Amino acid sequence: MDFREKMDEKFIGVLTDFMQSQSEESLYAAQQFSRLALEHKIPPEEIVNLQKSAMQELMPDLPPEVWHSFDILLEVMTAYGFAFREYQSLIDTQKEFKNEMEIASSVQETLLGTSVPTIDGLEIGALSVPAKQMNGDYFHFVHDGDHSVNVAIADVIGKGIPAALCMSMIKYAMDSLPEYRKDPSAVLGSLNRVVEQNVDDSMFITMFYGMYELKNHMLHFSSAGHEPGFFYSKQLDEFLDLEARGLLLGVDKDTTYKRYEQQVEIGDMIILMSDGVTECRTDEGFIERETLVSFINNYIDLPPQEIVNKIFRDLEKLQHFQLRDDFTLIIMKRVK
Amino acid sequence: MEIQSCVTILNEWDIVAARQLGRNVAKELGFGTVDQARITTAISELARNIYLYAGQGQLCIDRLNEQGKTGLRIIAIDEGPGIPDIRKVMEDGFSTSGGLGAGLPGVRRLMDDFNIDSNPGEGTDIRATKWLR
Repeated sequence: MDFREKMDEKFIGVLTDFMQSQSEESLYAAQQFSRLALEHKIPPEEIVNLQKSAMQELMPDLPPEVWHSFDILLEVMTAYGFAFREYQSLIDTQKEFKNEMEIASSVQETLLGTSVPTIDGLEIGALSVPAKQMNGDYFHFVHDGDHSVNVAIADVIGKGIPAALCMSMIKYAMDSLPEYRKDPSAVLGSLNRVVEQNVDDSMFITMFYGMYELKNHMLHFSSAGHEPGFFYSKQLDEFLDLEARGLLLGVDKDTTYKRYEQQVEIGDMIILMSDGVTECRTDEGFIERETLVSFINNYIDLPPQEIVNKIFRDLEKLQHFQLRDDFTLIIMKRVK
Repeated sequence: MEIQSCVTILNEWDIVAARQLGRNVAKELGFGTVDQARITTAISELARNIYLYAGQGQLCIDRLNEQGKTGLRIIAIDEGPGIPDIRKVMEDGFSTSGGLGAGLPGVRRLMDDFNIDSNPGEGTDIRATKWLR
């Protein structure tokens, strides 16, 4: 509280200087004084008092009306001081919230953590970036020995904390259904019942679930209203929609999910995403799926992880580095 | 040693009377003009709460002298509806009277000690002290 003790002296110095010179330099000194005062959380009524005391010292013979006028200013500024203190306290609360959010987001990362499996012959790239601190997107891989690699990608409609809480539930629901893991339509059916029973009616989840059989390179998949992925056929050199129909999770507990198949040849790619990728809003509106395809085409010869990273960077730039929705992109490429 | 004087709060003019009482005592005890303004602002806020929410009550000013320390205590008592969730009214941003906007947490910050007791249906008792430095 060194400043507090010397505050009177400092203020009177600035004031005398300005009275003599009326220079920009002494006004700048006043600005620096106010910066220090703010730093030390000096409320406005104390500044009024500084002015009054300084004037009493410098010009003691002013008419009484002038001194009374300071009292009015003091009274008015006390109310501003009230607001100033509330603002200080709200700033502190906000800092606490921010710290808590950071902890929550790292807890979430641990809870939802999944590792991208390394598989001979199948290269996988995956990236998920939240728009705010908590992620409402989710992806998960399960590598089932030589038999299959399963992949789940999900998106809670909504973002932020409610979406993140919801995702943690999905993850544990999935962990507790190991016997269904192999069949995409059964997995979605079970999760649908869990979501329908446990999640608020206003919250919906879209999910794509795929099982890639390693022996015959067949992708079995089902979708619960999830943004359709792409299938890149090397032979046709064409991107096709990985179309699958199915109702969002949590809408109707009796809904069933159809299972689809796609044969994957060497050089083919499976591209999965959340709507944060396709609904990336730029100055010209949402990007089209074709735009995304052209981005992927630019990097088509790179390893999947690099393609994913580069696309994220490009889309981030297009949106002026302000993500509006959580972003998740997965690319799986059969290399042999 | 305590000497108490009180103002009954029934209408808005009584808020002025309570302020006047507080200011006189604060001046007498030797509080500077900044602290006088803070004390009267706190009194205004508490008296206004009584006037707006309880309809009537008492606002008293105590002169304190404890262990060589001199202080002023504001006591605001009413038998109004009481406050069901004290934690909530003590939160910033939960505007009460719409007057100064900062409400009870603001009063707490203007004073040195602050104590509140309230029971729904029984009324509210708020005590806030400022010590002379």
